[in-house]
Amino acid sequence: MILSYIEIADGDIKKTSLEVAQMAAELAKKMGDSALAIAIGKADVTKLALIGNYGISTLIYVDTDVSISKNIATLVANIATKNNASTVIFPKSIMADAVAASVAIKIDAAIVNNVVEIPDTANGFSVKRSIYTGKAFAKVEIKQAKKVLVLRKNAISTQPTSDIASVETYKEDISTNHLKITETNKTKGDILLTDAEIVVSGGRGLKGPENWHLIENLAKALGAATGCSKPVSDMDWRPHHEHVGQTGVKVAPNIYFAVGISGAIQHLAGVNSSKILVAINTDPEAPFFKAADYGIVGDAFDILPKLTLAAKNYR
Amino acid sequence: MKILVCITHVPDTTSKITFTDNNTKFNTQNVQFIIGPYDEYALARAVELRDAQAGSSITVLHVGTAESENTIRKALAIGADDAIRIDAEPLDAMFVATQISAIAKQNKYDLILMGRESIDFNGNMVHGLVAEMLQIPVISPIMKLDITGNIATMHKEIEGGKEVIECQMPLVAGCQEPIAEWKIPNMRGIMSAKSKPYQVIAPVETQNVALTLSYDLPVAKSGCKMIDASTPEKLFELLKNEAKVL
Ligand SMILES: Cc1cc2nc3c(=O)[nH]c(=O)nc-3n(C[C@H](O)[C@H](O)[C@H](O)COP(=O)(O)OP(=O)(O)OC[C@H]3O[C@@H](n4cnc5c(N)ncnc54)[C@H](O)[C@@H]3O)c2cc1C
Ligand SMILES: Nc1ncnc2c1ncn2[C@@H]1O[C@H](COP(=O)(O)O)[C@@H](O)[C@H]1O
Repeated sequence: MILSYIEIADGDIKKTSLEVAQMAAELAKKMGDSALAIAIGKADVTKLALIGNYGISTLIYVDTDVSISKNIATLVANIATKNNASTVIFPKSIMADAVAASVAIKIDAAIVNNVVEIPDTANGFSVKRSIYTGKAFAKVEIKQAKKVLVLRKNAISTQPTSDIASVETYKEDISTNHLKITETNKTKGDILLTDAEIVVSGGRGLKGPENWHLIENLAKALGAATGCSKPVSDMDWRPHHEHVGQTGVKVAPNIYFAVGISGAIQHLAGVNSSKILVAINTDPEAPFFKAADYGIVGDAFDILPKLTLAAKNYR
Repeated sequence: MKILVCITHVPDTTSKITFTDNNTKFNTQNVQFIIGPYDEYALARAVELRDAQAGSSITVLHVGTAESENTIRKALAIGADDAIRIDAEPLDAMFVATQISAIAKQNKYDLILMGRESIDFNGNMVHGLVAEMLQIPVISPIMKLDITGNIATMHKEIEGGKEVIECQMPLVAGCQEPIAEWKIPNMRGIMSAKSKPYQVIAPVETQNVALTLSYDLPVAKSGCKMIDASTPEKLFELLKNEAKVL
């Protein structure tokens, strides 16, 4: 059995998890196996049932608010073992990475992160993974019977159907309180940078935090999340968790707008999995234009308001 | 307090990545190797914690071949007290984690610090695997770490924000900025690095390793389409009708 781990955020299934479901369903089909999903958290059952759109017929739902990776891993490992899972597939996220590592040890599996394709099962079991921060790929072979895979976002295209999954609830007491979360600060209502379909990012070219409304307005018009370059968060113009790149968040949206960002290799390392890159910069020689799909040579202060106005006709 | 810092030996962030031998080997030519940037944050914080508490020590640990020698020496120059190298090709995260936990089981560290992720494999896995193998907590990625007595207080990044976590040691943590400022080795550090204890140890056996068969590079972009600054709205038309992403 192929088990897919479905992540919930704010009561809904995260986009990367839809890709995980699709991958699990396709892999199961290829191997003549069955696919099952597990979701742990707080969500509406009718919403969860929509995972059926992505080829999963049964979802096991654990209704709990545990937020410690170890406890979640215990649940996943127990369900994997009960259902005789050969492969467990996770979406890439801070939380799921930690759960995946723990599950791999618990069920005695090999583990591969940043998988970008459905595994090749023609001759053994091999997977393609992204390495060197998106600058290359490696094909790796797994010989072990049990496997844990972590899927990189936006790597699999989904083809939703109208099928609905049956949701089975599952209960188990797990309480190992070895650490204490004393405080949680989360920006509510904002679109998660790592989950966004569109990201609008600003760099030092924006000149100061007082100009960020230009970035935010375009983002709002497009339903996008906002990001920034490292110097921008270093100077506290924006919070640290918005900084994109090699040492920041890695994003993989459909469209990434880089406004007033020069295109240093460390920044590009965090965006090179995006489908389309758009660069807006006053300097026609800015390195970002070499990586971008579309470019505008122009002043952000002039271009952004115009784009924001125009965006309203496209969303 | 006994601190273990696990470091990687990775191509500098500006390196162009290429492969040789029919795409089966990483091409090290013209590549500058560095301590993994996140690992360096871990090391920098370890130095501060060690200096703040008398009787503390830092061991740096690396799983890799003799090619990593200079990287390990640099860690000693920055301030680690001694170094261990497990003499083996770091095959995958599970392999590396098995080696690290074998050492940790022998030496009982209070704090095992790593980077949030390596910048070659980007697995974000080794800390989680080690913690599970040792049956101790793991917190990653953390941006702040303070120790009071036996308790570590940390700021952990979560999607869209942060958590404050308290946890009893021993524990494993994956570090990222701004946990500490990088330390530039001074002359005394560089000199003393040569005489600090440095052990080379054979690896323990492991299973469950995923072996790399071959590498390849992403397809190059076909070029950037420029849109005139006087008609920026044309961008959306192209995104919708040409790229089909709107
Ligand atoms: C180890 C290491 C790790 C790093 N990790 C990261 C990382 O994760 N993320 C990251 O972003 N950086 C990272 N960096 C830093 C990186 O090298 C660059 O310094 C950084 O990305 C530059 O940010 P920027 O493009 O905003 O600023 P600049 O390089 O200063 O570029 C500003 C750009 O704005 C343009 N501009 C100016 N005015 C306007 C205007 N009015 N309208 C439009 N455009 C304008 C300029 O032409 C220029 O291209 C790292 C560096 C190192 C050494
Ligand atoms: N070969 C290695 N030797 C020592 N530590 C390592 C090695 N590989 C990874 N690590 C540590 O584990 C962290 C996470 O690595 P990774 O799981 O590859 O992203 C790194 O930041 C290092 O601290």
